[in-house]
Amino acid sequence: MSSVADDLHHDEHHDHKPAGIMRWLLTTNHKDIGTLYLWFAFIMFLVGGAMAMVIRAELFQPGLQIVEPNFFNQMTTVHGLIMVFGAVMPAFTGLANWMVPLMIGAPDMALPRMNNWSFWILPGAFLILLASLFLEGGGPNFGWTFYAPLSTTYSNDSTALFVFSVHIMGISSIMGAINVIVTIFNMRAPGMTWMKMPMFVWTWLITAFLLIAVMPVLAGAVTMVLTDKYFGTSFFDAAGGGDPVLFQHIFWFFGHPEVYIMILPAFGIISHIVPTFSRKKLFGYSSMVYATASIALLSFIVWAHHMFTTGMPLFAEMFFMFATMLISVPTGVKVFNWVATMWRGSISYEMPMMFALAFIVLFTIGGFSGLMLAITPVDFQYHDTYFVVAHFHYVLVTGAVFSIMAAVYYWLPKWCGKMYDQTLAQWHFWCSLISVNLLFFPMHFVGLAGMPRRIPDYALQFADFNKWISIGGFAFGLSQLIFLALIIKASRKIGEPATAQVWDGAEGLEWEVPSPAPYHTFETPPEVK
Amino acid sequence: MTEQSQSNNRMVIKLVAIVIGMFGFGFALVPLYDVFCDITGINGKTNPYAATYDVNTDVDTSREITVEFITRNQSGMPWDFEARTHRIKVHPGELKTVEFYVRNPTGRDIIGQAIPSVSPGTAALYLNKTECFCFEQQPLKAGAEALMPMQFYVDPQLPEDIKVFTLSYTLYDVTGTSTVAMNRG
Amino acid sequence: MGKGVLTAICATLASSVAVAERSDINLRQGVTDISEQVYGLHMTIFYICVVIGVVVFGAMLYAMIFHRKSKGAKPANFHESVKVEVAWTIVPFLILVGMAIPAAKTLIAMEDTSEADVTVLVTGSQWKWHYKYMDHDVDFYSLMATQPEQIANKFDKGENYLLEVDRPLVIPTGQKVRFLITSDDVIHSWWVPDFAVKKDANPGFINEAWTKVNEPGIYRGQCAELCGKDHGFMPVVVIAKEPAEYQRWLAEEEAKQLKAKEEEQKLLAMNMEMDELMDVGKQVYQSACAACHMPNGEGLPGVFPALKGSDIAINDMQKHIDIVVNGVSGTSMQAFGKQLSLKELAAVITYERNAWGNNTGETVQAKDVNALITGN
Repeated sequence: MSSVADDLHHDEHHDHKPAGIMRWLLTTNHKDIGTLYLWFAFIMFLVGGAMAMVIRAELFQPGLQIVEPNFFNQMTTVHGLIMVFGAVMPAFTGLANWMVPLMIGAPDMALPRMNNWSFWILPGAFLILLASLFLEGGGPNFGWTFYAPLSTTYSNDSTALFVFSVHIMGISSIMGAINVIVTIFNMRAPGMTWMKMPMFVWTWLITAFLLIAVMPVLAGAVTMVLTDKYFGTSFFDAAGGGDPVLFQHIFWFFGHPEVYIMILPAFGIISHIVPTFSRKKLFGYSSMVYATASIALLSFIVWAHHMFTTGMPLFAEMFFMFATMLISVPTGVKVFNWVATMWRGSISYEMPMMFALAFIVLFTIGGFSGLMLAITPVDFQYHDTYFVVAHFHYVLVTGAVFSIMAAVYYWLPKWCGKMYDQTLAQWHFWCSLISVNLLFFPMHFVGLAGMPRRIPDYALQFADFNKWISIGGFAFGLSQLIFLALIIKASRKIGEPATAQVWDGAEGLEWEVPSPAPYHTFETPPEVK
Repeated sequence: MTEQSQSNNRMVIKLVAIVIGMFGFGFALVPLYDVFCDITGINGKTNPYAATYDVNTDVDTSREITVEFITRNQSGMPWDFEARTHRIKVHPGELKTVEFYVRNPTGRDIIGQAIPSVSPGTAALYLNKTECFCFEQQPLKAGAEALMPMQFYVDPQLPEDIKVFTLSYTLYDVTGTSTVAMNRG
Repeated sequence: MGKGVLTAICATLASSVAVAERSDINLRQGVTDISEQVYGLHMTIFYICVVIGVVVFGAMLYAMIFHRKSKGAKPANFHESVKVEVAWTIVPFLILVGMAIPAAKTLIAMEDTSEADVTVLVTGSQWKWHYKYMDHDVDFYSLMATQPEQIANKFDKGENYLLEVDRPLVIPTGQKVRFLITSDDVIHSWWVPDFAVKKDANPGFINEAWTKVNEPGIYRGQCAELCGKDHGFMPVVVIAKEPAEYQRWLAEEEAKQLKAKEEEQKLLAMNMEMDELMDVGKQVYQSACAACHMPNGEGLPGVFPALKGSDIAINDMQKHIDIVVNGVSGTSMQAFGKQLSLKELAAVITYERNAWGNNTGETVQAKDVNALITGN
C-alpha cells in the first residue's frame, strides 16, 4: 500500500514526460490513461464491429454462404464480449479518468499507479480472447452469456482461455471502479458537497459501486464453469446434484446490474449536454440523483426476467415481472427531466446536442421495448428472438454508444484544444443515425414474426428484412470510419482553436481550465461556491 | 504518509473487502439457491433424504392425486431403465410403493445415479420419499438386473389445485467419478 | 378542415390495424385462446407505449422547434417543480398497475397445466426433438428435413426452408395437450409461436407447458435457445388434427412401430450384403452423423473428432459399436442405440468403417449390434 502514497507525489516532481512508448506504458497521469482507455475502446469497437460485419454478411441472404455455423457462433459470442467488456465499459472508464478529476477539481485520480495497471492488463485480456479464435476448434462459441452446460461439458478447450480473459477484464474493471470511488470520496475540491457534484460524477459513483458488487459475482460464475469443466465439480451438472438453471441465476445476478453499468454513465453525459445546449440548468437535479440510485438498487432484484422461459413457478414470474416494470418509473423520470430541461430553453444544435437528442429518442424506444419484454406472458413470445436483439441494441448502441460519441464531441475540444471538423461531424451523425435505424429497427419486425436470435440461417419469410438490416449494418460500420478520421484530425491538432469554455452554455470546473487541458490541472484545489 | 493517502488506503481496504465478500457471495448463491429451492420448490428437486412416515398420518380419502413416473437415460448410460408403474392414483397421506426395473446389458460393471425432478415444481415440496434408489448411487455388475423400490406418500397439505404431478428420473453413468465400491451391488 | 383531419386520423388508424395484422412484421394471433390473449396484451402495451412516445417526443419536438436559440428564444429560469416531478412519477406507476393486472391473469392461465387430455414428453438433444406419447407405445425423433444442398445454395430453397421435419408431432384439436419438456444434453427451448408456448428444455429437469389448439393445421416453430453448432437447424413442426383423425393416426402409428420391432427380430438371423449396408449406411450417416463428423468424415478439428483414419473406425470394431450405440458420457456424442434401428446401426457402422479410405472391408451385421446391446 505504500506505493499508493508514493503515487500521490509522483507527478509533482516529474513534470516532463518520458518520450515515445515508455510515456504511455509507465504513465500515471489520469489524462494519459483516459486517452489510452478511449483509444483502446475505439479499436475494440472496430474489431467487434468487424465481427458484426461477418455476422451480417452471413445473414445477408438465406443459406450458408460465408462462414460455417460453428464460426458464426464464435462471431456472435466474441462480438458480444468485445462490445460489452472491450468497447462500452472501457470507453466509460476512459471518460471517467479524463473527466472525473477535472469535474471535481482534483489533480489526478486517487490511485494513479493502480490506474496504470488497470488499463494495461486490458489489452492482454483481449489478446488472449482473440487468440483463442485461432486455436484448433476455435474460440468460445456458446454466446456471451455462456450458459452451462453448453459452456462446460459441451464446450471446446478454448473455454480455459475464455475464463482467464474474463477474469482479467473483471480485475481491470474492479480496479478502475475502486479508483473512481476513492477519488470521488476523498479528492473533491473544498466546497463540492455531495449534492453539488456534477451528474456525470454521480452516475459514475453509483456505477462504480455496481461494478464492485457484481464483477466479483461474474468472476465466481466463470470460476464455477472452469471447475465444472476441468476439475469435476457439479455446480451446473444435474448428474452430480447441480442445476444448469442455477448458472443462469448467478450469471444474470451479475448481468442485469451490468446492463445499468453500461447505461448510468450515459445518463450522466446526457444530463450535462442537454443543459449546456439549452442554456438552462438541468431540471430536477436531485430527482435525477435519486432516480439513478433507485435504478441501481432495483437492478439487483430483477435478474430473473431474463429467464422467464426456464420454468419458474408462478409467484417468481409475477415478482420479477412487477419489479422489472417498476424500473421504468425512475427511467421515465430521467427522460421527462431532460425534456423539461429543454422546455423554454434557448436551444442550439451543435454536434454533442445532436447525438444527445438522438440518444433520448432512440434510447426511449429501447426502453419501450424493454417494458414490453417485462410482461411475462408476452415475453414467452419475444424471448430469444430478434425482438430482444433489437431491444438491447437500441439501448446499447443508440443508447450507450451514442452517449459516448456525444461525450467525445462534447469534450474533444477540451482534450485537444481544437474544434472537431464540422463537415465530417455532420456526415458522421447523419450517416450513423440513418444506418443505425435501418440496422436495428427492422429487427423488431423479424423478431415478432418469429426469427430466433443466434442462428446463422433463417426461413425465407425473414429474407427481405434481413437484407435491409445487413445493408444498414455495413453502412453503420463504414460511418464509424468518418468518426475515426475526425478524431485523428483533432488529435493531430488540426482545426479551429477552442476557447476554455468551448460551449457558451457550458458550466463546471472542467471548463475553467484552458483548452487543451494542461498535463497537470488543479494542483491547488479550486474553491467551489 | 499524508492524511490524504492514509484515508485513501483505508478506503481501498474497505472496497477490496467488499469485492472479496461479493466473490464469496457468488459462491454462496449455490447453497442459497438450494435452500431457496427447498423452501419454494422452484426447480422441482425432491428432498435427497428419506422422510419418515407417521403411521397415524390422516389419509385424505376425499382427494385423489395422480402421480406419473418417467424414466430417462442420459446419453452414454446403457442400462435398461423403466418404471413398472407408469401412473398411480393415491390419496394424500397414503403410503405407496412403486418399483423400477434396471438391467446392465453391457459387459462391464457400471454405477448409476438417478436424479429426480418433479413438475410442477411446487409438488416436490409435498412429495415425501421414505425409501428411494435415488438416495444412493446404484452399482450394477455386468449383465445384472434389479428391481429398485421407491416408497412415498403425498403430504395432505398439497395445494388443492395440484391434481396431477410428474416425477421423472434421469439415470446417469457415474462410474468414473463414483466413490461407491462395486462389490456392494 | 376539422373533418379532413378526422378522416386522416381514421384512415391512419385503419391502416395501422391492417399493418398490425401482417404476420411478417408483427406477432401472430395464433390458434389458441392463450395465444390470442397474448397477442391482445402485446398490442395493448404497444399502443400504450405509442401514446407515451407521442406525448414525450411531441413535447420534445415542440421545444426543439419553438425554443431554438436561432429564433431568439431566451432561456427560462425554472429547474425544478415538486408537483410536476411527483406527477410524472405517479402517473406512469398507475399506468403500470393497469398493465400488470391483465398480464397477471393471462400468466395464471398459462401456468395451469392440470387436467390434460393428452401428455407428450418432448426431449431436445443436439439437434433434434424426440416426442413420446405417454399413454401409447408411440415415440419418434423429429429431424429437420431440409436438404443440405438447399442450405449450401446448390438447390432452390423450398417453401418451408428450415421449418420442415421428417416426422412432425401430431396432436388433437380441441383437447388440452400437456407437454413435459426436458433435454438430453444442453439447454434447448421448444417454441411454437402459434400456440404462444416457449419453454426451456433443461437437462435433468422437466418443465411443463400446455396448449389447446382450436384450428386444425400445420404449425411451425424453432429451437429458441442457443444449443451449439446447428441451433438454427432444429425446427419444430406440429400438426393439429381433429380428434377422430388423431386417434386413427395414433393407432396406425402404434401398429407400425410394433411391426418394426418384430421385423427387427427377423433381421437378426440374416446377413446383409456390403453394397446394401453401404447404401443404407450413407443415408443414415448424412442425417444422423454428418452434422458433427462432416459429410467427408473429417469432423471439425478440436470440436468433433474425425472418423476418417480414426483408430477406432479402422481397428476396434467392438468399441466402435459401443460408442455409436451408447454414446460417450460427458461429450456431444449421443447414444444412437434407441434412435436408430438395428439395421440402420449396422449399416452406418459398416459405412464408417469403409468410407473415405477406411477400407477395412468388414461388414457389421444387425446381430453384432444386437449382441452388444443385449450383452449376449
